[in-house]
Amino acid sequence: MWKTILRRILIMIPEVIILSILVFLLAKAMPGDPFTGSINPKADPAQLHHLMKMNGLYDPWYQQYWNWVVHLFHGNLGNSYQYQEPVTRLIGSRAVNTLWLALFTTILTYCFALPMGMYAAKHEGKLPDSIIRIYTYVTYCIPFFVILVIGVWIFGYVLGWFPTTGSISSTAASGLPSIGSRFYHILLPGVLGALFGTVNVVQYLRSEVIDAKRSDYVRTARSKGVPEKDIYKHHIFRNSLLPIAAFAGYSITGLLNGSLFTETVFSYPGMGLLFINSISYRDYTVITALVLIYGILNLLGTLLSDIILSIVDPRIRIQ
Amino acid sequence: MEENLNRHSKISAADLERLSKEAKGEATPSSAKIIWSEFKADKPAMAALIIIIVFILFVMIASLFINTPKMMETDIMNYNSAPGTNGFLLGADTGGRSIGQQLIVGARNSIGIAIGLTVISSTFGICWGLISGYFNGYIDWGMQRVYDFMMMLPMTMMIIVLVTIIKDYNAVTLTLIFSIFYWEGTSRLIRSRTLSESEKDYVAAAKTSGTSNFKIIFKEIMPNISSLIIVDTTLSFAENIGVETGLSYLGFGLPMQTPSLGTLIANANDPNNITQYWWTWLPAALLIIILCLSISYVGQVVRRSADASQRHGIDA
Repeated sequence: MWKTILRRILIMIPEVIILSILVFLLAKAMPGDPFTGSINPKADPAQLHHLMKMNGLYDPWYQQYWNWVVHLFHGNLGNSYQYQEPVTRLIGSRAVNTLWLALFTTILTYCFALPMGMYAAKHEGKLPDSIIRIYTYVTYCIPFFVILVIGVWIFGYVLGWFPTTGSISSTAASGLPSIGSRFYHILLPGVLGALFGTVNVVQYLRSEVIDAKRSDYVRTARSKGVPEKDIYKHHIFRNSLLPIAAFAGYSITGLLNGSLFTETVFSYPGMGLLFINSISYRDYTVITALVLIYGILNLLGTLLSDIILSIVDPRIRIQ
Repeated sequence: MEENLNRHSKISAADLERLSKEAKGEATPSSAKIIWSEFKADKPAMAALIIIIVFILFVMIASLFINTPKMMETDIMNYNSAPGTNGFLLGADTGGRSIGQQLIVGARNSIGIAIGLTVISSTFGICWGLISGYFNGYIDWGMQRVYDFMMMLPMTMMIIVLVTIIKDYNAVTLTLIFSIFYWEGTSRLIRSRTLSESEKDYVAAAKTSGTSNFKIIFKEIMPNISSLIIVDTTLSFAENIGVETGLSYLGFGLPMQTPSLGTLIANANDPNNITQYWWTWLPAALLIIILCLSISYVGQVVRRSADASQRHGIDA
């Protein structure tokens, strides 16, 4: 067990190193230099050269990479050229918004998906099963950003039930009203994300439960005379739940990738929107930091899922 | 060859013909035939298939008659014309450009890129999965690490960064960039199937008789998993429509002067458009939904026909 986890982590290290080199080189290859926008266009080119030299932008790439990594380990990701503040602070303030949204969506997804999966498996091959199958398949194959745009149009603009921009109302007082306002802002994107992201959990739970239904311990429980309701509640559901919990890691990585779209549509100030804005300003200290953070979060999400799965299912442990 | 065979056999030519006819009748029908009979038995699937084919043919042919640079010229007089006015059947956008024409050209571009992406990424993913699954051992281990690494990359972000780095990109380079990141799903599926397929007797027999690895992979294993390949390709085609349109929606797909279904939906980013001028973006959004639903419905039917126990058409 521990061997599996240790080996998984050891494999991660070279991956992170390669990712960091790749990200760094890509950022270097981006057009324009970081000072283009921030200083007076009439400035002396010689002064600009001096500035570039002071910041080490003429050093060979491996030297620059090394400096960057050393700074990274000191928790210093550089300054954002666009916002003129440390990248760590900038991203920190945005990451909270993104993570709240992701967490809320994940919880809501499970709230929708677990009953659906159980119900479909209970009525396997009957009408409810087909309806749930059609529902998951329809929600799965429509591109999510289209749903977001139509959702914000219907519920945000036409009906006016939900706010369409921002993460908090500007007039909300601190304390409880501000928490309420934040929650109100993530409600629509969260519900849409949950309604249209159930497919994996539903299908996996359904096949788990159907397998469990035919297993020996369920037959034993039945022959002992345990009521059908209790068999599902205490025997099957508990056994099928852990593998499902493993999906949480994967689903968070999926949500992070989707955050680019969600946050653009809702103008929600999280990491995804920050990335889109930074790209247009060529703010590459922010870009490198964000790609790196997303990569590492992806890795951690997969690691989490793999660990849970290997605890639950001994077959997939690495020998 | 056949003559040679006949000379040595004791069976007469007439008998041989009769026997081979009987054998053909008893053999399982070819996968193309199975899929076709499945479509004939399922009327909605047939409708979806016809919608897709007619629609693709329509946009391909109609877009030949549309002069794209002329269409994209701004005409301030027709600013946001409502549908049916000023000679615009589906209205005009903020620049006075016809939405109907943009839909046709945009649909052609988006479908074209989706087809290109599907062909390239599926071919690569299939080869990757076959080789990784067949050789096992160190080769598989190495290829799996590359796969893990690719899975870790934040795809959408990497594509956006690459698109900003490459200066003069067009539909072809864009398709290639997408292809770098979208082969993993296919490769994983094919690998797991190849792993179990390589254990089977016919592969061992081919190995013993000295068939080359290349031949075993592409002439023995690949035909045996062809139904899986067909299913996966159809389903990933439906997903790939969302890839380009999504990136174009964010503003990092096709350039503004080349319409795509995504750039049309991006009209909705303007609060005026989304509230008052719904015709500038809603048709494109609905079109994407209909296209994706019908393509993946066709994919579902193909998947059903690959699984003998679920068929409607032929009783297996």
